[in-house]
Amino acid sequence: MINLTYPFSEDVVRELKAGDVVSVNGRVWTGRDRLHKRFADGGAIPVDMRGGALYHCGPVVVPAIPVHPGAAPWRIAAGGPTTSMRENPYEAAFIEKTGVRLIIGKGGMDATVLAACERFGAVYLQAVGGAAAVTARAVKSVENVYFLKEFGAAEACWELEVEDFQCVVAMDAHGVSLFESVQRESLARFKSLIKAV
Amino acid sequence: MKKIAREIAELVHSTSSSLPSDAERAIRSALRREARGSSACMVLETILKNVALARAAGTPLCQDTGTLTFFVDASLRRKAPQSAFDEAVAYASSQGWLRRNTIDPITGASIDSNVCPGAPVVHYVGSDAKEGHGTIRLIMKGGGSENMSVQFSLPDASLGAARDMEGVRKCVLAAVQRAQGFGCAPGLLGVCVGGDRASGFEEAKMQLLRDIGDANPVPALAKLERRILKEANSLGIGPMGLGGKTTLLGVKIGTRPRLPASYFVTVAYMCWAARRGVLVV
Repeated sequence: MINLTYPFSEDVVRELKAGDVVSVNGRVWTGRDRLHKRFADGGAIPVDMRGGALYHCGPVVVPAIPVHPGAAPWRIAAGGPTTSMRENPYEAAFIEKTGVRLIIGKGGMDATVLAACERFGAVYLQAVGGAAAVTARAVKSVENVYFLKEFGAAEACWELEVEDFQCVVAMDAHGVSLFESVQRESLARFKSLIKAV
Repeated sequence: MKKIAREIAELVHSTSSSLPSDAERAIRSALRREARGSSACMVLETILKNVALARAAGTPLCQDTGTLTFFVDASLRRKAPQSAFDEAVAYASSQGWLRRNTIDPITGASIDSNVCPGAPVVHYVGSDAKEGHGTIRLIMKGGGSENMSVQFSLPDASLGAARDMEGVRKCVLAAVQRAQGFGCAPGLLGVCVGGDRASGFEEAKMQLLRDIGDANPVPALAKLERRILKEANSLGIGPMGLGGKTTLLGVKIGTRPRLPASYFVTVAYMCWAARRGVLVV
């Protein structure tokens, strides 16, 4: 297990290899379809994500007493990853403009994102899909929330402080994608299984 | 709230937060097969940790609490009408047992109670039970897995699949191959051979109600289930598509009569969070 602590430096991120199991600690912002669309439409995103992590997630949130003065009055009740591929068209530009170092989600992303990871020094992490309770427990505080009214709770940009959020490096900054190799090998096996006998 | 609505709300709560024991057992035995320290191992361990946490806290196992489909014995039609399910689901939503998960397709507005015409889905099915008695079964299926469900029409030239059991096998394996990385593996498959396009999906989903460890009473289907499970797990897709020996936990196949002109093979993909529950009334 490799510990990653915010702010995530380019050097540390570039050292990661596909297949590494990592523990993410520090600042994570959630963002999914609506946030990416706003970004693509040229709308302002009033968040400085440089050196941080973007998490594809639509959490279940409940009102709560702020964990510390200045935190937001919310608690994450469930917060596993959502499917990342929907953000493929936007993510390379998002990485370039915002300077995020970690993209956390589910299912992997396409070659444009893999190239952006290599060029700008970022990695894609696979969180465990559906593991909402584990993820919720890793969230130590909700620091802020953006676009709550406009996007709704599942689509809003939640600024979270996480501790020991475990993920697998699925796409690294050397152009290696775990999904790609698994896909290639399984396809070959699949073809041999359905070949006429 | 009436007693029956309260009981249905409790069913929703327990189904949302507690993975059926057969699914948990299957994940545990999968963990023993994977190499220690592998990403497959990490994923399965996280899943088991998640299952325990959600059960203890009574919180949703997965944030996508899914489409709620109830299969209800027809003998309960009067005792448990649609309105009882509506009331139960609205209450469960207000308690945070369900996500605000129902969207108007035209306006995009959230229907926060998860209750509107068409939701929750309640099917009354034939039964021999006495009036006022019977069973209510619930499946909660998330969008990520539902997006991976698929229907084939045979013959399918791209797969070399003809209208026979061998063709069925190829379709099901193709569905597994296609779902990789997306459906939250290791998953479960409900399959229907035959039917029309609508009943095919219904039967495929109903197959997901079966116990993972059971054997199909039809020998030809039992054999096909075993073979597909073995072959799918040889694809190397693994938990969450990161590689490994466990891609599926089970395959369940049912049939519906078909028309001479149609031969559908319908695959309902269920994620590892195979939430189903039973209430005996």
